Parts: sequence; structure tokens; C-alpha cells
Amino acid sequence: MRAVITVIGKDMVGILAKVSSTCADANANVTEVTQSVLQDFFAMIMLIDMDKMTCELSELKERLNRNVDGMTIHVMHEDIFNSMHRI
Amino acid sequence: MLNMTDIMETITMIQEESLDIRTVTMGISLLDCCDSDIGVSCEKVRAKIYKHARELVNTGAVIEQKYGIPIINKRISVTPIAMLLGASGGDPLRYALSLEQAANDVNVNFIGGFSALVHKGFSPGDRELIACIPEALSSTERVCASVNVGSTKSGINMDAVALMGSVIKRAAILTADRQCIGAAKLVVFCNAPEDNPFMAGAFHGPGEPDCVINVGVSGPGVVRAALQKAGAGRDLTDVAEIIKKTAFKVTRMGQMVGSEASAMLGVPFGIVDLSLAPTPAIGDSVAHILEEIGVETCGGYGTTAALALLNDAVKKGGVMASSNVGGLSGAFIPVSEDAGMIDAARAGVLTVEKLEAMTAVCSVGLDMIAVPGDTHEDVLSALIADEAAIGMVNGKTTAVRIIPAIGKDVGDELRFGGLLGSGPVMRLNTASPSKMISRGGRIPAPIQSLKN
Repeated sequence: MRAVITVIGKDMVGILAKVSSTCADANANVTEVTQSVLQDFFAMIMLIDMDKMTCELSELKERLNRNVDGMTIHVMHEDIFNSMHRI
Repeated sequence: MLNMTDIMETITMIQEESLDIRTVTMGISLLDCCDSDIGVSCEKVRAKIYKHARELVNTGAVIEQKYGIPIINKRISVTPIAMLLGASGGDPLRYALSLEQAANDVNVNFIGGFSALVHKGFSPGDRELIACIPEALSSTERVCASVNVGSTKSGINMDAVALMGSVIKRAAILTADRQCIGAAKLVVFCNAPEDNPFMAGAFHGPGEPDCVINVGVSGPGVVRAALQKAGAGRDLTDVAEIIKKTAFKVTRMGQMVGSEASAMLGVPFGIVDLSLAPTPAIGDSVAHILEEIGVETCGGYGTTAALALLNDAVKKGGVMASSNVGGLSGAFIPVSEDAGMIDAARAGVLTVEKLEAMTAVCSVGLDMIAVPGDTHEDVLSALIADEAAIGMVNGKTTAVRIIPAIGKDVGDELRFGGLLGSGPVMRLNTASPSKMISRGGRIPAPIQSLKN
């Protein structure tokens, strides 16, 4: 069971660190990261493994929003993307 | 493997193009609640709804959190109450109040099924229930009513059609102080589907299982955005392709949410209704899709053809995405709930006559149209008869949900607020149909009904 975290916003120091440490605190294993910075615009997609996670997905979402200021963050179960884009 | 483009496309659809699950509707059979004592019957109704639906709203919220997709409405549809009334007798209003309480108990925003199926004639309970509809809708907030007056198989019950003109008018009069909202919660059908999840016309048909989850998806904004991105240079074959692909994606999400809700609630999954349901929000309009296809203003010539293309492509795309498709499945054209329709009606380009033509090629019918408050009941009945005839002959669902704006005339507006939106009072042709309506009887089933 995996979830997709997306982080979008103005680039600044430490975004990846904050997101990954929040995941680590929840015992969520990061399996993949893609990120790009275009001019000042930061976009990152991170896949996490939720099997051994110590909190609920909604709780992780709250923590991320609390810990990473000023960015738009979505945390969604991967099935929504699989069902929409895979036959 | 998931790729970045797909992920960003889904997120953009939800965040910027108003993609959502419009409704998760639980259908509940009340046939086992029948009792010869109406008090006992009402109590059983309330208890059964609570037993099955108490986790519905909560389950919807959990799914919203898990997948990050908004589920706008959680609703309930029940067995047509006229069937219970036939067994119990008594004051139909008691059922309406019980449904209202049940809806409050489980916190759903609408409950549908204060309904009667009279397409071939009236059985015990039907006339009493229909007569009570105006009071039921004015003394409740969440109860919705519907009456099926015709079908391709049985023709049109013109006695019921005659009755419904005055029922609609009275529902509006009794709620005149609340923007005539009573009439907005009442739908008159021909060929009503038994598994429709959308209000106000949802009811749980007698052929349905004991309890079932039906899902209605939405996404006019997504379709429009996809066409906009493709640009004006594409021909109409390409346009249909783009709509199909988009509808597929939207429906897959409905299928996923429905399966998940059904598993969590332990209730069988019924159908996905492949409908494009607009909201008054900017960017969530079916009219704007038609304008994106290339009609300057919705209602101009070309509108019917564009809508036919849209409706067909939505079905073709959606049908492969879901294991069971049902309900109304098609594009909706409710005037007051669609920002583009409201503008077109205000500009005088979109007329009731054009809307009638549009209903021949899309889902449902004359929907959420405000008409002058002094319109004669027989004119309303004749409007219903015309719309039912379109449904009967074409073997499709048609419906009428018109709101006589009491004390208002053409040029004034009704404002319901929320998803029901607001709309200008539209002009009706008032030549008298009274002679025809007073004849009563039944329009025989058309030759199309003889399929065996």
C-alpha cells in the first residue's frame, strides 16, 4: 500500500528534508522521489510505503502541512492514480 | 509505474477543474417496513434507515481523506412511499416527517423517495401521496419527491399529468416565502430509472436489492479544460475522442470510490451514473463545454448537435470504465445550477423551446427552470406531457422540474443558493392546452414498445 505526496510551491531551502523527516517520524518508507525546480517553482512527487506507518494517512497529511510552511501539499492513496490512468 | 504527468493531471482536475464525486447515494428498500398501522410503519422506516445508513456520511469522509477527492453529497433513496401508504393508509405527511427525521439522524442532505409510480394508472396510496406532496415538501427540508407519469412500455397517464400541474403550482405557493423551493424538490418523470443516485429524482425501485450503493460522478470543468487545452484547430471527431478519454478517467474514479464505499459499508455496489452534473461554480458548467465546442452562446443553433455529441461521447468513454452503469447517465442541463445556462437564459438566447429540443438528445429534461408564478396549471401539465412524449417515443428518461416563481414574472430571478443556484424567470408559451388536458385518459404506448 503506497501513497503519493506532492509538494508544490516557491522554492526554498530544506523542503525535501522537512518532508522526508516527517515521513521518517511516521515510519513511512520513501520509495521514490522525483523533483524539479523551474525558475523559482518547486515541484516534488514522493512515493511512500505505508505498510509500517505508525499513524493514519490523514494524520501524516496534517503533520506535513504543519511542518512544511507555505507549500501546497497533497497526500493521496496511489489507487486513485492507478484507477484513473491504468486499464 | 506512476508518472509525474499522470499524477499532476489528476491533481489539477481536482484542484482547478472542480472534479468531484457528486454523490454517493445509498438505496434502501422499505418494503419490509409495511404495516397496516401507519405509526408502526413510520417507526420501522426510521429504524431501518438508521441501521443501514448511520455510517454513510462518516465512510464518505474517510474516503475523501484517503484519496483526496471531494465527495460533495451523501444521500439516501428509498422505496416509493406510495407503496407503503397503500398498505398502511393514513396521513402521508407522517411518512414525510419520518423520512426527514431519518435524514437528520444520519445527517444526509437529501432523502429521495416520497414518490409514486403511476405510469399506467393509480393503485391504492398513489393519489393520496401525490395530493400530499406540496405539504410534504413545504414542511420538510431534506425530503425529495418524484412521480413517474409515463413510460415507453405503457404510454402516458394523462390523468396523472393533469394532476401534477396543480401539485407543482401548490408546492411553489406553499414555499413562496422560501424562493418556491418546494417545486425544486419535485420531479415528474417519464421512464424513471430505479437506480438513479441524483436528487431530486432518486428513489429505490422495487426491483432493486435490499440495500445498495450508487455513485454519481461529475466533471464538466474537466471536460471543458481538456477541450480548451486541445485548442480550436481540432475537428469534431477529435473533440468526441477527447471527451471520451476524459469521461473514462472521471468514471474510473467513480467506480473506485463506489467499490471502496461498498466494501467499507458491507453493502453491494450498484451502479455508476455517468453524468456530467454542473454546479453554479465558475468552471463547472455544461453550457461552457458547448460554448467551448464552438457555439457562441448556449441556446444558439448548433447547441443541440453539440450536446448530442457530448452526451454520446460521455457514455462511450464512461461505459468501459465501470462494471455497471445505470441511473440517468448523460449530460444534465439544469438551468439554475449551471453558470453558463444562467447567463444564456438572462441574455435571452436560451429559451424553454430550445431546452425542450436539447432534452431529446441528452440526459433528463426541463430541469430547474423558473417560470412566471401566474402560469396556469394546465400549461404546466401540457409542458409535462410534451416532455414525457419525447421520453416515451425515444425510449429515454425525461423529466420536468419547473419552479413557478410565485409573485414574479419574466425578468425577475429566483435565488435558491447552494448547489441549486439561481435563475431568471423564463418566458413560457401560454396558449391554452386546457381542452386537451381536461380529456384525461392515457396516451397509448407507442409502437416502439412492441419489442418482443
